[in-house]
Amino acid sequence: MSELKSIKTLKDIPRKEQFAPGHRLCAGCGIPQLVRFTLKAVPDPKIVVNATSCLEVASTIFPYTAWKIPWIHNAFENSAATASGIEAAFRALEKKKGIKKPKIIVFAGDGGTFDIGMQALSGALERGHDFIYICYDNEAYMNTGIQRSGATPKGAATTTSPAGRVIPGKQERKKDLIGIAIAHGIRYAATMNPAYPVDMYNKIVKAASIKGPVVLHYFTPCPTGWYFDPSLSIEVARLAVQTRLWPLYEYEDGKYKINIMVRRPKPIEDYFKLQRRFAHLLRPENKWLLDDIKKDIEENWKRLLRLAGIEA
Amino acid sequence: MFKRMSCKSNRNGERRMSVKSRRIGLNGDTAVAYAAKQANVDVISAYPITPQTIMVEKLAEYVNNGELDAVFIPVESEHTALSAAVGASLAGARVFTATASQGLALMYEILWIAAGLRTTVVMALGNRAFSPNINIHCSHDDLYAVRDTGWIELIAENVQEAYDLTLQAFKISEDKKVLFPSTISLDGFILTHSLEALYVIDDAYVENFLPPKDPVYPIDPNNPITYGPLDLQDYYIEHKKLQDYHFENSYPRILEIFQEYSEFTGRTYKPIKTYGLDDAEVAIMILGSSAGTARFVAKKLREKGQKVGVISLTLYRPFPVDKIKEATKGLKALAIMDRSLSFGSPGAQLYMDVASALVNEREKPLLFNVIYGLGGRDLTPDQVEYVFKKAQEYAKKGEVKELKLWVGVRE
Repeated sequence: MSELKSIKTLKDIPRKEQFAPGHRLCAGCGIPQLVRFTLKAVPDPKIVVNATSCLEVASTIFPYTAWKIPWIHNAFENSAATASGIEAAFRALEKKKGIKKPKIIVFAGDGGTFDIGMQALSGALERGHDFIYICYDNEAYMNTGIQRSGATPKGAATTTSPAGRVIPGKQERKKDLIGIAIAHGIRYAATMNPAYPVDMYNKIVKAASIKGPVVLHYFTPCPTGWYFDPSLSIEVARLAVQTRLWPLYEYEDGKYKINIMVRRPKPIEDYFKLQRRFAHLLRPENKWLLDDIKKDIEENWKRLLRLAGIEA
Repeated sequence: MFKRMSCKSNRNGERRMSVKSRRIGLNGDTAVAYAAKQANVDVISAYPITPQTIMVEKLAEYVNNGELDAVFIPVESEHTALSAAVGASLAGARVFTATASQGLALMYEILWIAAGLRTTVVMALGNRAFSPNINIHCSHDDLYAVRDTGWIELIAENVQEAYDLTLQAFKISEDKKVLFPSTISLDGFILTHSLEALYVIDDAYVENFLPPKDPVYPIDPNNPITYGPLDLQDYYIEHKKLQDYHFENSYPRILEIFQEYSEFTGRTYKPIKTYGLDDAEVAIMILGSSAGTARFVAKKLREKGQKVGVISLTLYRPFPVDKIKEATKGLKALAIMDRSLSFGSPGAQLYMDVASALVNEREKPLLFNVIYGLGGRDLTPDQVEYVFKKAQEYAKKGEVKELKLWVGVRE
């Protein structure tokens, strides 16, 4: 059996793969990196519960599967509920039959988490099931063709929040998933980003070491839905952090920690101009919206600094 | 208080161990909970809804008092109740849940998944009408909503049957020739909340009939399986054909388990129950607690020399087509009574089932549909007598004047 081990550099990452190549996720998609890292960081025995999502449809097209560990797909909105049942069953079977309880990992997209799966997630967090919930957030319903979700950022154009002449893209803010998760009294929650792999790996290790529910929120660039060249995936992801749009931070037992301190943020325009979903924001008539977004980013950063006890 | 049931021989002629029973008083809900406790379930995942609530309260009490070694998941909705039950069942646990009406409707998506993934979840339904308008009393809307989804459906007529069928449901669902989830229906309030005296098997004997679950392909990190993959045009239809094949093939096994339980307890279980059909010219077919009322009336009429009979079902899915064909032979008219509606359909659900079961029979009775008892309206002996009279009238004329008849409704 493998053990929990944090790493210092990428070279320390175990070689063993439990997510096979040949899956059909898009070139430049951030999801495979998350899955491979998670299966490496969480020791065996473990199982995966997957919400209906890009990952689900791209990794298990019958008669093929990319999964070398048990993998369960029930429906779209109920991955946390399914995990609850599995966790409860293993708790009972461990006691009655001595079957070792595996670690349970949920992968769900932003639609399956922020919107349709929110109730099931809230219930599972409140009940305190022992599982790792990972939301991979590509900021829209990519699997059905780029519709806006509660995770779509303000200003982004999607097929259901198009950049129209009157309404230029989504007008509402993204939900604060980590805030919602923490409000349930869970012990650990963190944000992750593929451009910061060591930080990401160690957060998964940390999550796996905690008994009880934990929530990880992963930023996954989507070349297909955000309209950028797949070779720029990691650059887009890195810019999201460097512009302070996607702060990397963690919460543990009441304490917040900003993992990547961005002292001199890059202009948000650098991030926006790489993606066609934001192209309209750089037009003069939409400057009001761009300014509004900049204000949101600044406020959110200040809020996190306050929570982390850092003077602005 | 103790009763030793008579010894019975099984088909091989061996003498079976007689089972020790006790006669106690329980209502329908507590009888089902008692059976689930005796089944030594591993996981209970349930959400309260009238009139099922007492079941989950009772089970929570058993767990919290240490009388039942199980994990109780107090979920936040019925959708999660069944979703968690699916996960727990796949993990290898014996799982119980219960719901009614709106709760069942909220579960609907997962009903198909529970069946298609071949889980062995057992679920009690305290039958209750669908909204609107909100009504907490008995209709059979919920039990009919399950009919297409791939679940075994058992229907209790009284509290004793609710108890017995719950124990049998676990055995049926977990049988390796079945592997489909089961529901046990009991009429909301009429059975869920009525106290009856019933025989319960002594704990020590339950395992003789119902050994611990021996799961087939449970979630096991040493033997990784992908459950519920994407299944497209190239395989989906084959999988559905297989599921259909296995569901149909569960029928003979269910009959064997009924037989086994009958021998075990001395209480007879068959997919359908008939009364007076040896010589009946007209009959009523009806589900649930009302069957007793129908038989009561039939008995009175038969005493007056009228050739009437009653058919009721203990097994609704898989639908016992052969038994229904056999039972309806020689009948001139059959009133099929539904405690539900199927808007815009040729008739309500049981009517459609029976009509399609008999459609190719050379000789079959005239069929008509009677709607009764919606939202807990009582079915009175007078109404049953009226239905028999209508059946006799149609039989005499050789034609059905009104295909859909309502009884017990103010005009």
